[in-house]
Amino acid sequence: MSDKYEVHEHDVLVIGAGGAGLRAAIEASAAGVSVGLVCKSLLGKAHTVMAEGGIAAALAHVDPQDGWQTHFKDTMKGGSFLNHWRMAQIHAQEAPDRVRELEQWGALFDRTPDGRILQRAFGGHTWKRLAHVGDRTGLEMIRTLQDRGVHQGLEVYMECTITRLLVDGGRIAGAVGYWRESGRFVVFRAKAVVIATGGVGKAYKVTSNSWEYTGDGQALAYEAGAELIDMEFVQFHPTGMVWPPGVMGLLVTEGVRGEGGILRNSAGERFMWKYLPEARRHEYAENEQEAREWLDASVANRQTQARRPPELSTRDNVSRAIYTEVKEGRGTPHGGAFLDISYLPAERVMKKLPSMYHQFLELADVDITKQPMEVGPTTHYIMGGLRVDPDTAAATVPGLYAAGEAAAGLHGANRLGGNSLSDLVVFGRRAGAAAAAYAKSAAAPRASDAEIEAEARAMLEPFERASGENPFTVHQALEDCMDRLVGIYRVERDLTHALEELEKLKARAANVKVEGTRMFNPGWHLARDLANLLTVSEAITRSALLRKESRGAHSRLDHTAMDPALGNVNFRAKKSMTGMNVEPTPLPTMPAELKALFDAAPAPQPAGKAS
Amino acid sequence: MSAGAGAVIGAVVAGAAARARAEPTTHKREAVLRVYRGDKDGGKEVEYRVPVEPGMVVLDAIHWIQAHQAPDLAVRWNCKAAKCGSCSAEVNGKPALMCKSRMDHMPAGEPISVRPMKTFPIVRDLVTDVSWNYAVNKRIPPFKPREGAEWKWQQSDIERVQEFRKCIECFLCQDVCHVLRAHELKTQFAGPRFFVRIAGLEMHPIDGEDRTGFLKDHGGIGLCNITKCCTEVCPENITITDNAIIPLKERVVDRFYDPMLGVLRKLFGRRA
Repeated sequence: MSDKYEVHEHDVLVIGAGGAGLRAAIEASAAGVSVGLVCKSLLGKAHTVMAEGGIAAALAHVDPQDGWQTHFKDTMKGGSFLNHWRMAQIHAQEAPDRVRELEQWGALFDRTPDGRILQRAFGGHTWKRLAHVGDRTGLEMIRTLQDRGVHQGLEVYMECTITRLLVDGGRIAGAVGYWRESGRFVVFRAKAVVIATGGVGKAYKVTSNSWEYTGDGQALAYEAGAELIDMEFVQFHPTGMVWPPGVMGLLVTEGVRGEGGILRNSAGERFMWKYLPEARRHEYAENEQEAREWLDASVANRQTQARRPPELSTRDNVSRAIYTEVKEGRGTPHGGAFLDISYLPAERVMKKLPSMYHQFLELADVDITKQPMEVGPTTHYIMGGLRVDPDTAAATVPGLYAAGEAAAGLHGANRLGGNSLSDLVVFGRRAGAAAAAYAKSAAAPRASDAEIEAEARAMLEPFERASGENPFTVHQALEDCMDRLVGIYRVERDLTHALEELEKLKARAANVKVEGTRMFNPGWHLARDLANLLTVSEAITRSALLRKESRGAHSRLDHTAMDPALGNVNFRAKKSMTGMNVEPTPLPTMPAELKALFDAAPAPQPAGKAS
Repeated sequence: MSAGAGAVIGAVVAGAAARARAEPTTHKREAVLRVYRGDKDGGKEVEYRVPVEPGMVVLDAIHWIQAHQAPDLAVRWNCKAAKCGSCSAEVNGKPALMCKSRMDHMPAGEPISVRPMKTFPIVRDLVTDVSWNYAVNKRIPPFKPREGAEWKWQQSDIERVQEFRKCIECFLCQDVCHVLRAHELKTQFAGPRFFVRIAGLEMHPIDGEDRTGFLKDHGGIGLCNITKCCTEVCPENITITDNAIIPLKERVVDRFYDPMLGVLRKLFGRRA
C-alpha cells in the first residue's frame, strides 16, 4: 500500500535541522550509519540562527576562576534545582569541548587580547562564560554545523513536515510527512528517530519564535506514547521589542545587558535593584558606581572586585520586574521598559551589538547608540519537553531520542541565557551517538501500511469539508487564549478557564477548511500544526494548574511561595485512554559529591572576587 | 471574556495597543499590494488592499493577506528580523528582504509590487526553487585546518572573515547577479554568495586548503565583471565585490595567469 508514496530508508532519521538536529546527524553519520535529516524550512534557517548572545562553556579564558563545577551550580540554581542533576553535570563538563570542536570545524569566535576565544557576561552566570561572535553567535554556529554536515554526506530533506511518528510493536519505525512544496506524502523508514524540533512559541501571540515552533516534536512523541515533563515552565524572555506592532516580541539579545545595558522605567529609575531576590542580592553590585566599575573593567578586559549589574539577574526575574513596572504605571510609551546602552561609545555598541543596531534602526527608527530601546517580555523558550535519559538522550519510547529545546531536564524551572546553544551541541552529539548505536543493533521495524494510509487520509480532510473556519482564525484565538490565561503570572481560575477554551479550540481546529491546492499552501500547513500546538498548550496548562507554587519561570498569583515538597517532583504528561494524564514523578536525587559542591562552597563569588 | 489575572504579556500588549491607538493616526492608511500569484505554468499580479500599521513591513502585509484574504498565498519566512534570509523577493522590482522593506518607505499612494526572485524557478507565488544554491555549496572544498597550526589568533586577523560569515544566505546577490539572472550561466558560475563563502574559507587563519582551481574551473569567477550589484543588494552590507570577489580574482590570476599582462586582461578585459 505504501508503495504509492515516496519512501526513504535510513538507520537514523533526525527531525529538525537547528543546532541539535545538525549535531545529532553529524555524530550519527560519523558513526557510519545512514542518516536522514528532515526540516520544515530551508537548511540553515532554523531558530538557532536567531540566537545572539553566545554559547555558555566554562573555558575560563576571561575569568580563570571558572570551571565546570561553577557552571553546574549556576545552571542548577538558575533552574531552581528542578533540573536533572546529571544533565546539568554532563552539560557543564562537555560544553568546553563542544565549543572547541565548533572552532575546529571552522567557527570564528571573537578573541581575547591573547588570541583565545573571548567570553562575555550573561544573566545568572557567575563568571564571563559566553563564547560569542558579536550578537550573531547562532548564525556562526548553524553555518558551521551545516557546512560540516553537508560535506559529511548527510541526506537533507528540506521543507518537509513530519506529521506522525510510525511505531511497530512499541518501537519507533520511522515517520510520515509531506513535502511542503508539492503537498505529496513521504514515508521515512528508520530504526531510530531523533526529535530536535525546538520549541512551542507559536502557541503565544507575543513571541520571539517563528512559524516553525509549533511543538511538533513534543506532540508527535506524545502521540507515540512518550512522556513530556516540566511543560509548565515557559521562558518569557525579558527583552522583546514592543514596537512597532509588526515586530512585537522580536528578541533583543541579553547581550545588550551583558555589554552594560541599563533598564529604567518611565520615571528614569533603574528598577532592577528592587527585584533582586534577597538570597542572591550579594552577587550583584550594590549601587550605580559599583555596576559602572564592573562594566569599565569588562570593557577594558581586566579583573575587578566589583560585582555585576542587577540587570544581569536571571530571565524569569527580569521579566517579572519589567511586567510589574508596566502594570504599576511606570511603563514606556509603548508599554515596556527602557533599555539603554547609548551611554557607551557608539563604536563599541556597533562592534559588540551590530545586529541590534540595525534591527532597531531599520525596524523601529531607533538609533540605539543615541536613544534607549523599549523592551518587554516575550515568549521565548520552553524548559519542558521530552523526558530523556541524561547520558543517551533516549526518550521513553524505544528508538526515540530527543535533544535541544524539544527535550527537558537540563534547564529545570528556568534556563540561563547561553545554556541553550551549549545544550544543542552537548546533547545533540549524545543523541546522535546513541541513536546510531541503537540502530546498529536493532532489527528493521516495519510500520503498518494502514497507519500510513490513515495519516494520509486525515491530512486531506481539511480540503474535503464543505465548510469550516480559516485555520489562521483558530490559531489567533489560541494565541490569544495562551497570552491571556497562561502567561507570566498564572492563577487557578485562569488556568481552568484556559482548559475549557482549549477544548473548544480543539473542536474548532478539527473542523477547519482549507482553500486552494496542496502545493505550498500555508493554510493547509497551519491546519496540521494547530493540532500540535493544542497538545502542547494543554500540557503547559495542565502542568501549570498542578504546580501550586511559584518556581523559576512559573509564577502563580495564588501560590506565590516556593513549596519545598514540589521541589522534589516533575510533572509528567502522558497520553492515556481517557486523554492527557498529568501527574507528579519524583525528581532524581543528586549524589552526595555534587551536593557537596553547594554545601562546601561559600556564598557564590562575584565576578573577580575569587582569589 | 475575562482579561485574566495572569495575562501579563497580554496586559503589556493591550497597553501598547491602546497607546498606539492614541498616537496620531495620520500615517494610518490603506496600501495596495500587487502580489504575484502563480506557478511554473504562469500567473499574474493580484491586487490586495491592506490596512497599514505603524512601522509595518511588506512581510507583515503579506501575512495580513494570508490571514484575511488568501490563506494559500505561498511565502517563505522565519525570523522577521533580517537574520535568516528566508523572505527574499522583488519589491517594486528590487531584490529585497520583505521583513526589512518598510511600507512607509514606499512611494505614498502607489501600489507596491511584490514578485518572486526572478533568477530561480518559481514554485508557487513568492516561493522559488533555490536548491541550485545548496548544490553549489556542496561542491566547495570544505574547511581544512593546517596540521600543527596553533588555534590562536588576533581579533584583527579575523575581522574580514567575520564580515563574510555574516551572510544569511538570502540569495538576493545571486538573484541580482546578471551572470545568473540574464545569462543563466548556473552551470558555469557559483555566484557572489559562494565567492563570499570561499573567501571566508580562504582567509580563515588556520585553513590550509587551496580553492583557486575550483574558483577558476568550477566557480567561473572570471565571468564576474565587478558591477557590484551584489554588494548593493546585500542586506548584511557585506562588501562582496571589493572584499571577497576581487581578492579571489587576484588569487586566481596570480596562480594561473602570470605575468602582469594576463592579470589586467582578465580583470578588465573584453567584458569590462
